[in-house]
Amino acid sequence: MSAKNPLHNQTPLLQVENLQTGFKIDGDFYNAVEGVSFEVKRKQIVGVVGESGCGKSVMSLSIMQLLPPGIGKIRGGEVKFEGQNISELSDKKMNSIRGKDISMIFQEPMTSLNPVFTIGYQIEEVILNHEKISKKEARLRSVSLLKSVGIPRADKIVEEYPHQLSGGMRQRVMIAMAIACQPKLLIADEPTTALDVTVQAQILDLLKGIQEANDMAIILITHDLGVVAEICDEVLVMYAGKIVERATVDELFNNPKHPYTDLLMKAIPRMDQDVEVLATIDGLVPSVMNMPEVGCRFSNRCPAAMPSCMTVTPRLGEVGDNHVAACLLYENSWPADAKSQREGASMA
Amino acid sequence: MLKYSIRRLLGMIPMLILISIVVFSLAKLMPGDSLSGEIDPNNTNPEYIAEMREKLGYNDPLPVQYFNWITGFVQGDFGKSTKYKRPAFDVIMEKVPNTLFLGIMSLIITYILAFMMGMYSGRKPYTLGDNAIAGINYIMLAIPSFVAAVFAIYFFAFNLNWFPFGGSVDILVETGSAEYYLSRLHHVLLPALVLGAMSTASYTQFLRNDIIENSRKDFVRTARAKGTPIKKIYNVHILRNSIIPLVTFLGFDFAALIGGAIITETIFTYPGIGMLFLDSVTNRDYPTLMALTMLLSFLTLAGNLIADLLYGIVDPRIRLE
Repeated sequence: MSAKNPLHNQTPLLQVENLQTGFKIDGDFYNAVEGVSFEVKRKQIVGVVGESGCGKSVMSLSIMQLLPPGIGKIRGGEVKFEGQNISELSDKKMNSIRGKDISMIFQEPMTSLNPVFTIGYQIEEVILNHEKISKKEARLRSVSLLKSVGIPRADKIVEEYPHQLSGGMRQRVMIAMAIACQPKLLIADEPTTALDVTVQAQILDLLKGIQEANDMAIILITHDLGVVAEICDEVLVMYAGKIVERATVDELFNNPKHPYTDLLMKAIPRMDQDVEVLATIDGLVPSVMNMPEVGCRFSNRCPAAMPSCMTVTPRLGEVGDNHVAACLLYENSWPADAKSQREGASMA
Repeated sequence: MLKYSIRRLLGMIPMLILISIVVFSLAKLMPGDSLSGEIDPNNTNPEYIAEMREKLGYNDPLPVQYFNWITGFVQGDFGKSTKYKRPAFDVIMEKVPNTLFLGIMSLIITYILAFMMGMYSGRKPYTLGDNAIAGINYIMLAIPSFVAAVFAIYFFAFNLNWFPFGGSVDILVETGSAEYYLSRLHHVLLPALVLGAMSTASYTQFLRNDIIENSRKDFVRTARAKGTPIKKIYNVHILRNSIIPLVTFLGFDFAALIGGAIITETIFTYPGIGMLFLDSVTNRDYPTLMALTMLLSFLTLAGNLIADLLYGIVDPRIRLE
């Protein structure tokens, strides 16, 4: 249980403070991530959940500074890695962190590998980028890495090309690449979405195993709450570019506070219930181009919405032990300057 | 791969037979024959001409004539050039080195220009530099080669005196000496530049667009996530992928390398295959003309085969087992 009981007296590995990331659309910037703050402690697995278009991927690309150049841009806030602000580092300095201290695996294993280079070359590249060793040593390292991610005939596979491997194998290669320099943090952006169910479970087991063996922290982005329950320590629930709830995994599943989280949980199909139609959340995530200026961004889809939800923007407030949520149902989520309105609302 | 190559080479045979019929028919459709071009009718007994026609087989039925020609052809007898009174094969082979030299030089110029401009444009699209390169490219593409050649001769040969205005070598230098080779290089540069600049545009713009397209691919993001410097990503990861479609062009270029440039060679009076081709038409030198056309057809087919084999080398996904 030590991993699930975060140590408090330690500088966090990663601190994201009020991160704002925008995209340029027709000359104007629209924020896809709006003031996100959270921490990742060493050896911790943090899950990030939310529907498509909630800014989960954009947030992770912002941490790595991998936003499409010229289109996406960090517009405010800080990303501190081991106390150092990395959100304003030059590309060159960032290159010495990417792949070494923080690495990333992506959703689409089919297209994430370069089709014209051998598997071996692509794994060796990350090693040679960060370590001064010979190509021969790098080749030996890549063979043993492939073995460690459970690839059979690793000494043959290094000579092969990505198209000769299946999706699950390619994702294993991506993982081998990501852990080659023993990073302190791995960002996994929906690593199992494109894979079939049995392979998904294998990949998750592999990630969990590596995390324990290498003392690595993981940010796991997913829209599969089952995955979160299985391996995460802490969970962030994102909606429309903001964090709406954050809690330890047990607390969140036993005691979801935000109506959005609650609805997400209800949408999970359950083995013990025989239902004809799965629960869904009506409507769509608002697009970045017409995000409401004030009020709760979920209010137009929320079954518990009150008139104040349209006018008062909730903030993350404590709703339990290690548990924060941004919903006006809870007193701590009311901003200080709007407290009087709340009293007015409850009296009426 | 060997098996595949042999199969492809065998597959060329029916194609070449069809081409030979077309070439032969076209040659026969042209008015006149080699005798009407060669012999002054005011000065020679018409009966003798008629006798010669009979003797040379010009009065035989067409299928018989075709059969005679093609049997000789497959045995390596390409006929005798009626103008040079020597085997057509020898006449052609004499011109091949010049044309090959010009072709390779122009291809090198094209490649250097296209890779420099295409890689710059692809990396910095929609910038001033990219637009300037596109502008230059389209101007080079739009100016016909005969106009470009005439202007090049006027400015660089007559006004500036940098290059000779024609021929392939200085007549005063000794064959085989260092001066001789330098003189040949000096003569070939201007036509090669005109020829090379013409095909640069398509290479450059093709490379540019492919680099832009590839730079948005997921594998580029992966490479960035590994901490690979952006320069290496462009010069290795993206370029290696963007070379693949350029191989198609290389297939066409291969035939053009030998085929020469009819217009450019003629304007520069550069004695190569292109000029020989035009001369054979005007002199009704059908054996040479037909041999040349067959040679070029074969080279086009061979060029396609080479391009297909090269695909396998540059793209592991279509590598032949």
